[in-house]
Amino acid sequence: MTGLNQKTDLLSSDSDDARAQKGSFARRLSRATQKGAIFILLTVLIVGFAIAQPAFINVLNLMSILQAVSVVAILGAGVTITLAVGGFDLSIGAVAASSVMMASYSMIVWGFGVYATLPIVLAFGATVGIANALLIVKLRVPDLLATLAMMFLLTGLQLIPTAGRSISSGLILPNGMTSTGTYDPHFLLIGRYSLYGIVPIPVIIMIIAAIVLFVFTENTRVGRLLFATGGNELATRLAGASTARLKTIAYIISGTLASLGGIIIAARVGRGDVSSGGSLLMDSVAAALIGFAVLGLRRPNVFGTVVGAIFVGVLLNGLTMLNIPYYTQDFVKGAVLVGALALTYGLGRSAY
Amino acid sequence: MPLLEIDKLSRSFGSTRALIDVDLQIHEGEIVTLMGANGAGKSTLVKILSGVFPADEGAIRFRGVAFAPQSPAEAVHAGIATVHQSLDSVGAPGLTVADILLLNQYANRSHPFFLSRSGVRRRAHAILDAVGFDLPLNRDFAELSTADRQLVAIARALSNNASLLILDEPTSSLSGREAKRLYDILLRIKAKGLSILYISHRLADLEALADRAVVMRSGGIAGIFERPIAFNSAIETMIGRKLSAARVDEREARGAPILTMLNAQLLSETEPFDLLVHKGEVVAITGVLGAGKSRLLSTIFGLHPLARGQMLLNGERYAPTSPGSALASGVAMAGEDRHRSSLIPTDWPGSTLAHTISLPHLAKWYPSGFLLGKREQREAESAIIRLGIKASGPFAPIYTLSGGNQQKAVLARWEAEQGKLLLLDEPFQGVDIGARNDIIRAIRSRTDRAILIATSDPEEAFEVADRVLFIERHSLKSSLDADYSTLEKLTS
Repeated sequence: MTGLNQKTDLLSSDSDDARAQKGSFARRLSRATQKGAIFILLTVLIVGFAIAQPAFINVLNLMSILQAVSVVAILGAGVTITLAVGGFDLSIGAVAASSVMMASYSMIVWGFGVYATLPIVLAFGATVGIANALLIVKLRVPDLLATLAMMFLLTGLQLIPTAGRSISSGLILPNGMTSTGTYDPHFLLIGRYSLYGIVPIPVIIMIIAAIVLFVFTENTRVGRLLFATGGNELATRLAGASTARLKTIAYIISGTLASLGGIIIAARVGRGDVSSGGSLLMDSVAAALIGFAVLGLRRPNVFGTVVGAIFVGVLLNGLTMLNIPYYTQDFVKGAVLVGALALTYGLGRSAY
Repeated sequence: MPLLEIDKLSRSFGSTRALIDVDLQIHEGEIVTLMGANGAGKSTLVKILSGVFPADEGAIRFRGVAFAPQSPAEAVHAGIATVHQSLDSVGAPGLTVADILLLNQYANRSHPFFLSRSGVRRRAHAILDAVGFDLPLNRDFAELSTADRQLVAIARALSNNASLLILDEPTSSLSGREAKRLYDILLRIKAKGLSILYISHRLADLEALADRAVVMRSGGIAGIFERPIAFNSAIETMIGRKLSAARVDEREARGAPILTMLNAQLLSETEPFDLLVHKGEVVAITGVLGAGKSRLLSTIFGLHPLARGQMLLNGERYAPTSPGSALASGVAMAGEDRHRSSLIPTDWPGSTLAHTISLPHLAKWYPSGFLLGKREQREAESAIIRLGIKASGPFAPIYTLSGGNQQKAVLARWEAEQGKLLLLDEPFQGVDIGARNDIIRAIRSRTDRAILIATSDPEEAFEVADRVLFIERHSLKSSLDADYSTLEKLTS
């Protein structure tokens, strides 16, 4: 972008006035480029993949990309909200994974249907959020440490009820009984049904969650106070707001969103796998951080997080279609993240 | 030939002229005190001399050669050592006094790579011996008193073969006895032929040390007073009006009592005191750093409980448990250091001028919870006009405004809604003189509430308030009407 500036400067050797005009035009252009960098790259990627592999641009493939990123986008939105209050929720991956186990246990062992299972699992996520908030707000454990500890605790806890076994129909419990329940077919629809045969339910959930959370964070009083807490906690408290309550709200939202992600995974997989959700934490943190670069905002924002998740999804899907081996995926994600952060912090400053 | 010769030095920040054609000379073995209210240009001058930033115009000659330091290191190398007011940058907890003294040597690689206990001790001892201080070398820096930390800073500053020592308000956080010890040390250093530029406006400092007092006002030199110093005329020059003259904005009799504190003890072991603040009255509380000014204000604002005693607001029992409950009762506070206590960092939502003003009032202005409508914008526009805030518009990022305009925005925040009592902690910190006068005028033009101001600067207190109270060891000592003649007695 600086290169672009120099070029325009070299061209404009006429009057000072014209140079100033062109200079500001170049600055505006470079600013706009920086704001839209992710979108430009995304367009380039989509066009490039579509040319190289026409099947890429198929509606069903695009929907499968969105479906693949839906859980990461939802969890990323939770990370975004904890980043907004100046915290960090490392437990979301573990909450999502244990929600998968929770949902399976609820249906297979307890024999509940979809309408009992959903509130149980969401309440579980909210409870973890409250526990995180208690550690952070009341006991003043630093955010990273509290949620890291909670992550360990949940990763271990989810193994205990089944003595380390995955949960599927006919599970033999530690006490020797065989469980009789099965996955509620209505529950499975959450992960497997597509509206009009095109739009998968997880994509719809992602879109609704994204819109609600976007409006909540950017256009409401509480949203403003959440960001104010992360920006300057003391100032927010001195302005009369209860930062303890705001942080608690943020962690409850984050925990609930993580369990919502877990529900989608469970409904898609149809069993409670002890190893599910391995890379969820890293992927959703990455999406939230890539989101800093979207629109050049340099701060956590829900819209950016969703775009960041979709960006990574498009890239991975396209590369897979081009037969790039799967083991390069983490490298690609890492490279995108490094690039986005460099764009946010490095190039961002020079634009002023 | 003078040691330091400053010729027509000027420096501007944007449209603010912080330093205008300043001429100053300092001779060898001389202590020159630099006086001036906040924003008079003292710190700008110091920062140019210590290489923090360059001057726009003018020349400096040091030891007879042209001197224009490009960095603090260059100034130190040339022989100008500066001890800044904030001692946070001197050392860190976990380092011993000896480490701190040798930090420069570690950094410029003149100390051997491997540190031996005896070598460190020897070199640190040499530094202390050179200035004749006695400090515990093995103590953790964090355990030292403020006064001792200051001595560490001075010793280290002098260890680089300095010939000019600049001290920025060194006594502002010292007790009377500690200040006297510092005077003795400085006079001893002076006897060795060192020159000292001493920034302060405490009369006791001037009396004990100054060979010459230089008074700055509005970016220029307003007067130079040789020993014996005529203190009253020096202070009159500094504040720009006769001490005996009544204030031009003298007010009518006070209204009903707003805040009453009875037998109040801020901490359980401090002396009890009473405080009465009336409607339409501006009361200032002044005292040294750590005397309890901020503690008093934050106690009234509900951040700390009162150890003993009680508070009444409008005659009713008042015991706030949080800033939220204080605000609900009509008590608001703008804390000291606005960057820490009031402003949201750049790029975050809430970091514009309008959002700075609206932060505490969101619930009232947007009862639906959704931020719809232009209430914020309207309030900001009216504040821009009322307080003369210089900004590109209501949604200008707050950090693009000058310090004075930021402070006006903070004041506008608490003026936007009705209230009974407004607490202002150090409202003139980092505010230039023009904005300061605007703020004083704004504070004094309101009679619908009581205002309580905490400031460590007695001149400032007298300038803004109807009544000035002194605080010492977390207890109010006296209650006087704004009258300068008692100041000397009370601060010495």
